[in-house]
Amino acid sequence: MTEVMEKVAPVAAKAEKDKIKKMCFILSKAGLESVYACFIMANGARMEGIEAEIFFTFFGLDAVHNKRLENLHIATVGNPGMHIPTFLGGLPGMESYASRMMKKQMEAMDLPSVHEFLDILSASGVKMYGCKLAVDMFKLSKDDLYEGIEDIITVGDFYENAAGEGTHIVFV
Amino acid sequence: MEKTINGNPVSVNEEGYLTDLKQWNKDIALEIAQEEGVGTLSPKHWEVIDYLQNQYRQNIPLTIRKIGSSGVTDIKEFYALFPGGPLKKASKIAGIPKPVSCI
Repeated sequence: MTEVMEKVAPVAAKAEKDKIKKMCFILSKAGLESVYACFIMANGARMEGIEAEIFFTFFGLDAVHNKRLENLHIATVGNPGMHIPTFLGGLPGMESYASRMMKKQMEAMDLPSVHEFLDILSASGVKMYGCKLAVDMFKLSKDDLYEGIEDIITVGDFYENAAGEGTHIVFV
Repeated sequence: MEKTINGNPVSVNEEGYLTDLKQWNKDIALEIAQEEGVGTLSPKHWEVIDYLQNQYRQNIPLTIRKIGSSGVTDIKEFYALFPGGPLKKASKIAGIPKPVSCI
């Protein structure tokens, strides 16, 4: 009986909880599975009226690198989620094949391509930044990156943006 | 659960979404828009509401991406029209169920 009561109560309890105000994502890899997880979470935050920000660092920069963002892959080696033997994942063409299949499935689910998703995030008010250290390390400039990138910022700037109660930082 | 919105008796769920679109009218929409902090509704708002209702009648699940390609509005404008959770708020005002999509 108490269990039933607890299940009925959450609507009232929800209103009393402090709301999440802002989600700050750090995207550090550009495997399709990471990029989509990050984008869907950021977009979902905006849909709930929560502020959202993505800080692209290290390999995560590929997700906003104009020449690379449409050619992101899913890892077929060292990814237990693939459910195939590792040596098969390493065969030539395997990664392209798996990525193609995944993209096909995503299209069927009405998930946008990486570029279109970036456009959606940008239009939805997700603030996107490149990591200065990573941009310097890969010898890139803002011009190499997706046009919706607001700025190249330091880790310090990132934390400054994240300041305040109700902000959560998620590392992807 | 029964409720009276702007003088109209309606059935709503525990989150305040109308459970029967047939009970919806513009007065109800105006009242919910006030409650949701959207304020007064412009012709553009009504156009979007009409689009959402049509999609619902055709059983098409709503996503932000669909709004963007609707031809009625674009994503940026949609966020400006219904600030703070546009798809949920617009659906509530339009008298259709809360969208279940994650994107």
